[in-house]
Amino acid sequence: MQNNTQTQLEFPTVMGQPYETIPDDLFIPPNALELCLETFSGPMDLLLYLIKKENINILDLDVSKITDQYIEYIDLMDALQFELAAEYLVMAATLAEIKSRMMLPQDVHEEEEDDPKSALIKRLQEYQRYKTVSEKIAILPRVDRDFFLASASLPKIEVEKKDIQITKDELVAIFHEVKNRPDLKSNHQIDFEELSTQERIQIILEILSKRNVISFSKTLRKTEGRQGVVVTFLASLELAKDGHLELIQNETEEIFLKSKGAIS
Amino acid sequence: MINTVEALLFGSGRPLRISEIRSLLEFDGVTAELSEIKQCLNELETRYIDSSLEVVEIASGYRLQIRQEFSPTLSHLWNERAPRISKALMETISIIAYKQPVTRGDIEDIRGVSVSTQSIRSLLERNWIKVSGFKDAPGRPALYSTTKEFLDDLNLKRLSDLPELPDPVDNIVQDEDHQTIPQAV
Repeated sequence: MQNNTQTQLEFPTVMGQPYETIPDDLFIPPNALELCLETFSGPMDLLLYLIKKENINILDLDVSKITDQYIEYIDLMDALQFELAAEYLVMAATLAEIKSRMMLPQDVHEEEEDDPKSALIKRLQEYQRYKTVSEKIAILPRVDRDFFLASASLPKIEVEKKDIQITKDELVAIFHEVKNRPDLKSNHQIDFEELSTQERIQIILEILSKRNVISFSKTLRKTEGRQGVVVTFLASLELAKDGHLELIQNETEEIFLKSKGAIS
Repeated sequence: MINTVEALLFGSGRPLRISEIRSLLEFDGVTAELSEIKQCLNELETRYIDSSLEVVEIASGYRLQIRQEFSPTLSHLWNERAPRISKALMETISIIAYKQPVTRGDIEDIRGVSVSTQSIRSLLERNWIKVSGFKDAPGRPALYSTTKEFLDDLNLKRLSDLPELPDPVDNIVQDEDHQTIPQAV
C-alpha cells in the first residue's frame, strides 16, 4: 500500500531540479510520504513531533537544528504540493527569528519575557497539555462507536383514514353551493375619534362663560373614557397656564375649575 | 412500578431524569418519592445483571445501554461506522471542555492554527458545544461551552469525570509511551 503510493508519486522538483535524493540531515519517519499535512493538526503539532523524534527535553530545545528540520519538512510538503496553511509559514518565521537572534551577541539587559524562544517553549508546553488530553478523550468510549443505546421503537399508532367517496356531480353541486353562499362577511373598520385639546379648551371656556365654577368631573363625558379625562385635564392645565382659570382643590379629591373673569 | 420505569426508559429514546420520571408517573396518578424511583432504577440494574442491558447514569439522567461487550457484534448491523473525528477537532473540543467558556481566538492561541468555521459548526451540529454568551471585547466574539450531550456521548456524568488535564511537561517523550502518530479516531 505504502509502496504503491510512492511509485505513483512523481519526483518533486525543487527550484527546477528533480528532488530525487532526500537530504541526509532530514529525519524522515518510516512512512514519511504517507504523512500528509493533514496528519498534523497544525504547526505546533508538527514541531512537537519533531522534538519528540529527537528525544529531547523541551527546555533544551536546540532551535537551530529543529528549525532546519522544520523548514526542510515544509519544503518537502510544499514540493509534494500540499496546500500549506499560512500558520506553518508563520511558525517557520518564528523559528527563523529565534535562530537569528541566537546568532547575535546576547544583550545582557534583554528581559526574559521578550525572549521568543521561551515564549515558544511555553506555547509548546501549553499545547502539549491539550494535545495529550485530547488523545485521551478520543479513546474514551463514545456513543455509536464503542457502545450503543438500548431503546424500543414505539408501536405505531394507526389512525384510520377513510377515503372520501364523492361523485363528479356532487362535487359540482358543492362548488356551486359554496360559490352562491351569501357573503355575510364584510370588513368593518372602526376609527378612533381623536379628541382635540384645542376643541376641549373651547368647550371649557364656553361652560365657564355661563357659570363661574364647575367641578372637573362634571366636564367629563362618560363615553370618552380615559382619553377624555386626559384631554380635559390637559385643556384645564393649558387654560390655567395662560391665566384664564384657576384650579382649586380642597379636602375632597375633586378639582374645581374657576373662571378668572374677563376672557377676551 | 419497576416495569413502568423500565417502559419509560425503553420508550423515551433519550435520557430521563428521576424528577422527569416522577412527573411522568404522576400523569398516571402514581405518586412516587424520588428515592422510590431511584430504588426502582437500582432494582432494574440488578435485574439486568445477567442480560445484555445496563442502566447507566450520565449527565442528562438515566438511560438504557447495551453492554459494551456486545458492541463488536452490533457494529455488523451497519455498514458505516460512526464518523471519525479528526485530531484537530478533538483538540478543539478538549480546549473548550477544559477552558470553557472560550472564544475561537482562545482556541487558536493554544492550537497555533486558525479554527475553521466548519469545525465549530460540526461541533455545534453534534450538540457537543453551545454558544454560552458573548465576550465583552471588541467584536463581541461568541463564547463556547460544552453541553450535557457531549458528556452523555462519552458516557460521563460531569466534566470532572474527564481525564485530568496534565501539567506542563518538560520532556515530551517521557510523557507518552507511544511513538507513532495517532491517527484520527
